[in-house]
This record gives sequence, C-alpha cells and structure tokens, in this order.
Amino acid sequence: MFNRLTATLLASTMLAGTAWAETTVKAVMHSGLRVLDPVITTAHITRNHAYMIYDVLIAQDSQYQPQPQMADWTVSDDQLTYTFTLRDGLTFHDGAPVTAADAVASLKRWGQKDAGGQVIMDRTASLEATDDKTITWTLTEPFVPMLDILSKQSALPPFIMPARVAETSADEAITDYTGSGPFRFVEAEFQPGLTVVYEKFDEYVPRDEPADWMAGGKVVNVDRVEWVNMPDIQTAVNALSGGEIDYIEQMQVDLLALLEGDPNIVVEKREPTGMQTMVRMNFLHPPFDNQQIRQAALKAIQQEPVLAAMVGNPEYYQVCGAIMGCGTPLGSEVGTETLTQGGGVDEAKALLQEAGYDGTPVVLMAPTDMVALATQPVVVSQALREAGFQVDLQPMDWQTLVTRRASQAAPAEGGWNIFITNWMVPEISNPISNPMLNGRGDDAWFGWPTDERVEELKENFIDAADANAQKAVAEEIQAHAIDNGLLIPLGQYTLPQARRAGITDMINSPVPVFWNLQKAE
Amino acid sequence: MLGYILRRILAVIPVMLLVAVFVFLLLRLTPGDPAAIIAGDMATPAQLERIREAMGLNQPLHIQFVTWLGQLLRGDLGVSLISNTPVASMIADRIGPTFAIAILTILMSVAMAVPMGVLAAWKHRSGADYAVMTFSVLGFSVPVFVIGYIFILIFSLKLGWFPVQGYTPISRGLGAFLSNAFLPALTLSTIYIALIARMTRANMLEVLGEDYIRTARAKGAPERTVLFRHALKNAAVPILTVIGTGFALLIGGVVVTETVFNIPGIGRLTVDAILARDYPVIQAMILLTSFLYVLVNLLIDLSYSFFDPRIRY
Repeated sequence: MFNRLTATLLASTMLAGTAWAETTVKAVMHSGLRVLDPVITTAHITRNHAYMIYDVLIAQDSQYQPQPQMADWTVSDDQLTYTFTLRDGLTFHDGAPVTAADAVASLKRWGQKDAGGQVIMDRTASLEATDDKTITWTLTEPFVPMLDILSKQSALPPFIMPARVAETSADEAITDYTGSGPFRFVEAEFQPGLTVVYEKFDEYVPRDEPADWMAGGKVVNVDRVEWVNMPDIQTAVNALSGGEIDYIEQMQVDLLALLEGDPNIVVEKREPTGMQTMVRMNFLHPPFDNQQIRQAALKAIQQEPVLAAMVGNPEYYQVCGAIMGCGTPLGSEVGTETLTQGGGVDEAKALLQEAGYDGTPVVLMAPTDMVALATQPVVVSQALREAGFQVDLQPMDWQTLVTRRASQAAPAEGGWNIFITNWMVPEISNPISNPMLNGRGDDAWFGWPTDERVEELKENFIDAADANAQKAVAEEIQAHAIDNGLLIPLGQYTLPQARRAGITDMINSPVPVFWNLQKAE
Repeated sequence: MLGYILRRILAVIPVMLLVAVFVFLLLRLTPGDPAAIIAGDMATPAQLERIREAMGLNQPLHIQFVTWLGQLLRGDLGVSLISNTPVASMIADRIGPTFAIAILTILMSVAMAVPMGVLAAWKHRSGADYAVMTFSVLGFSVPVFVIGYIFILIFSLKLGWFPVQGYTPISRGLGAFLSNAFLPALTLSTIYIALIARMTRANMLEVLGEDYIRTARAKGAPERTVLFRHALKNAAVPILTVIGTGFALLIGGVVVTETVFNIPGIGRLTVDAILARDYPVIQAMILLTSFLYVLVNLLIDLSYSFFDPRIRY
C-alpha cells in the first residue's frame, strides 16, 4: 500500500514537473541584434529576428519557388491583377486579427526600401485591401518576377506588421514590435547587442504543409528561444562543449577541431549555397574606369587560392563563377573559366599592355577586423601584382571602409579603387535584387557603374515570358557583367553550424529558423 | 578637509568639460558611419544619406555639439543611434556586472597581493620571494585573455567547478553570483596582484630597513605587529596610489574579461559602441569612465591621511 502511494506521488510529481518544465533553446547567432526594424536595415541578424516574430504573405521553398504562407493567391489572365487572400486564424501578438489593411500598409512601407519592391511599385497601378481578407494588387504591365520578389527570403523580405506600425516613415525605425509570427518578442528582456528572448506564440496557427525552408507549417516545439551574443567564438565553443548553450549559427572552420569527436555535438552545413565573396571595382577613377583594365584584373585572379586562404578546408568552399550563385535557378558560370580554373595571368598582362596601363596604383581597401573579409584582399593584391598592377593595399577597420567606399573622390584624395565583400547567395540570386547589377551611375551601389546594357538586359528579364526565357536572359546578364567587370566573383563558402546532439529537426534554410526543431531534455 | 573636498569636486567640472570636447571631436574625426551600420550592406548611397539626415548626422559639428552638451547639462545622455534605446538605461543595465566584477577583483587582489608582497619582503631573497616575483612577472606578461582561457580550460571544462561563461546578479544569491564571477575576477586579478605585490614588496623592503623597525624589534614586539602595524602602515601610501592608478588597468582588463567570459558589462558596451560608431553611447561611456577615474583618485588621495597622519588637507 505504502509503495503504491509513494509511486503515485512520485509519478504525479514527475508529471507535474514535465507539465511545468520549459524548453529553452539558447543560441549564439552570427552577431548581436541591435536594430529591430527589418525594413530600415538589410542586416542579416535583423532579418533573422524578423522571421521569428513576423510572418510573410508568401514564402520561398527549397526549390526557390513561392508558396502560400499567410495568404494564397490568384493571378488574372492578363497577368495584371494579383489577388491575395489571408488564411483564417492569423492573429497579432496583441490579440488583434491580421487584416488586409495591415498587409497593404506593410507592403507599401517595404516597397519604398527594397530594390525589388521599388521595381514592383514602379509598375503598380493600385494596391489596396478590398475587404478584411483580400489584398488586390494591380500592375500597369505584366511582371513575371512579382511572386519571386514577394517571396524572397533576403535581404528585405516583406514582413507583415500592424498598419499602425507600418505607417512609420520608411527612413525611421519602428518602436512597436508587434508581429504575428510563431514567436513573440519579449521586449522587457531585450538587451541590445547582448540578449534577445522569444517566447512561443500560443495563438499562432501554422499551415498544414510540412516546413520547407521558409514555406510550410511553422510548428514551434520549444517554449522559449534565447539569442545570446558572444563576440568571442572561442567562448561560444567552450559554452557549447559545456552544455551551456545549444547552438552556434556560424563556426569558424579553423576551430572545428575543438568540437570534432565530441559525441554530444553535431557540426554540419545548414544549407548548400552559403555565401559569395566578390570584388567590386570603382568605375569612376583610373585605372578601373577602363573596361580592358577591369578585364585584366578579372583575368589575373584565380578563386582557389583566395578561398583556400579564407576558409582553408575545401569541404566548406567551392569555386564558382556564377554572379547569381551556383546551385540557384539562374546561376551560370559563363565567361569565368580563368577565375575558376586559373591560367589567365598572361592574358591579363597582355590586356594591361594593350590598355596602356600607366602604373597608376590601385588602392585596395583591406578590413583587418572582419575575419570573413581579412584574407581575400591580401591574396587578390598579390594576384594583381603578378599581372603587373601596382597595388596599394591599405589596411583599415570595417567602419572606415564603409565610410570610405561611399566617397566618390579620387583614390589619392580619400577615395578607393577596390574592395571585397560577401553576400548571402539567395540575396544575389536574382538580377533585380542583386546590387552589383545596378548600372544607374550615381544611383548604383558603391563603384557607381553606368551600364545601360545591364539595365536593358534587366528589363528583358522582367519582360521574359517564363522561367526558361528568364534563364536565357540571366545567362546574357552573366556574360555581360563579367565582360564589363561589374564584379569579380571569388567563389562560395559555407560557415558550418554547430548544435548539441539533442537539438534535432532543424530546417536547412539559408536563414536559420527555430520552428520545427525539437530539443531533447 | 571639507574645503579641500569641495575644491577637488569643483575641479572635476573643467576636467569633464575638456573630456567632453575632446571625445566629441575625436569621434567626429574618426572615420565611420553609424548610418551604414543601421542600413546594412545593401543600402545605396542615397538611402544612407536619407538615414543620416533622419539621425541628424548631417548637421554642422558645432550644432551637434551644442545639442549634445545641452542634453548633457539636463542630465540626458541621449539615445543610442543604433538600437534607439536611451543611453542611460543601457548603462544602468550593464554597469552592475562590471562593478560587481571590479569590486570582487579589487578585494581578491588586495587580499592576495598585500600578504604576498609582505611575505616576499619579509623573506627577502628566499624561495618565497622568488616565487612571488616570478608570479608577478608572469601576471604582468601573460595577456588577460590567455589567462582567462587557461582558467576556463582547467576549472570549467576539465574540473567542471565553474560555468564557462555568463553572469548571475548577486540578487539571486551569493553562491550563484560567485559561481559566475569568481573566474573572471580571478583572471582580472592576476595583473592587479602582480602590480600590488611588487609595489608592496618594494615599499616594505624600504620600510623594513628603517630605524624604527629595528627599535620595534629590539623592544620585543611580535613579528606580526612589526610587519603589519609598523611596517605595512608606513608602506601603505604608495600601495594605495598603485591601487588607484591601477584602476585604469582594471578598466582595460574588464573589456577583455567581459568578452572572454561573456559578461554583459559596460566594457563590452563600449567596444560594441565604438565598432558601430554609436556616438552617444561612446561619449557617455568615456565621460562616465573619466568621472570614475577622477573619483577613485580623489578617494585615494583622501585615504592617505588615514594611513599617514602627517598628511593634512
């Protein structure tokens, strides 16, 4: 009798314990969250935060295809009217229902900032809420990439906010963080740059389809997610080994040896495409105001040594000449044989001679405080020197670089000739959103190329009738961008993630997300 | 005494004003653009310009300075350019861990360094002396982050005595606080112990050679009384000076220690603000640190009269 009573008491205590136990995932992300407005910034950490607390109308699956998320859609036969219908059960974190008016206000704010959004808005005749659940978007002309742009996962996806928040000017940061996503932002526990806390939003109704990248059902299996910023990756590795955290978003490849062999830890590539690293030249000043000299620089460089110095372990990088990324629907490597296979140095020398290069020093800005950007300038400068360029490699911190790259002055007067940066592949995988393919001079991205041909090709891409036609135009854009030296792709790399073995079922999307995953206690 | 304290406090005002002007100008002369941090890498130059405009960064320098000074005089430290959070609340959130670790460090350092220095002087040229001096040289020479990693490896990962990282406020219990704070404080102490132990040893050696020490011993005073009442009290003034000037060393060390042990303190806040060119936060932090430095030195100056009655203000 006593034993049965004891057993019953014990069992009830354990059950009660289970019911009350809170599952918390502690994650170290690639940087600390400081800016909370996903429209004002393209910072990846803010976008990742936004995916936690906001939802999107339509979302990209692992085949880069748009899928319904908050809304289903229909397109009129003339391809001019898109009608989105919100699904049932959508609720903001303050309890208010999500309405079409909220979506319209959010889309209009997003359309002012996002490059793709601006293109859609330029072709918009009207965007309005025709009833509480219906958004009617009418275009002035057919626009095939419409759904691709609306469903893109980076850099600025169109997140849906309450209309009162979305009415904030697009140049000012929002101060109300009410979303309708699967997690709720715990503002009281937010410490900028240090800690962000999310709680499961119990009223969130996921879709029925299985999760597939950003599409499908966002089923949350944990109660709380904490992002803890650890600027020192060694500290994060120690904390993961000690079981104090569950997940590291980006591991440095040279620290992997510290975790390999630990049965409690899994190190893996989260997604196949990763990041692209690339060279940007300044079109305004000699010597790169000359197409032949830009071509010489491209021929002088080979990707393999750059990637080897940067990443080291070939398992985590791949040579790739596609300006829109390898492994993407539009990726093509046309015109990049010397980049990917080498052997272009003689051609580079000949081009320099033909162009009459006079030894003008090339100012190459080298950020020494960014691990992901510190090695490429050194290897690239050596390759350029071997081809006959005079290179002035100028070390600086990243903040100095971002200030200086905005200067259109001559390199000797505080300007620049070359810098190197990295992009997440999905955000450069489309010619409309790829900043390197903006050829509108002063309005273009830093480097300011004036390139009417690329603008014309982008128009052709927009007008292309179907996916095959788009692919053909994308290949033309690739060939032209490489020929004109709009950028020099240096290859792709992936920074692996590390997790405790008890964390399972993580989605392998380029944006790290915390729905679907399970945590074993 | 009171007049002296008032004069010293009044003297803080021009010092702080100078610091304010210097910090403001230095930051504006340093290349960097908070708008670029906010907007992200994809922003076009035109978008950056609009954000700069909205943040008031395009205004002439003197207008920016007068606006900031006016806010400061009203006790308003401004709002972070990056996170839109009031700077005062950011500092209030982060100052606790730094203070707690710094005080624990000073307590641990003094508790260990002074006896070590006394022992080294008392047993001059003995094994104990050489051991203390070797420790001092190592403490000074090995970088704080290396010491931190070694402690983590031994005490956290191998022995499992302490957590690897993090911070628990003292309000959640002394045990929980010490469990997180002990290793960072010990790490930070090494350089401080080295400094204080060396200074204690040198001053004790000097004082132990004085006539009054010989007299005290001749009178049959116990060795403990000779060392701690007669010698140490007379050697205390320079040791106190070192503790005060070492405060700057401590502030530098806190930045590294907070990073290695992931402590949410003001050291990391300052470094993050500098990397993001978050001007209001950097300005407030440098003013605060300068004020603390001046204050600590004032307190040290005042404490001299406690140890040496000949000093009068």
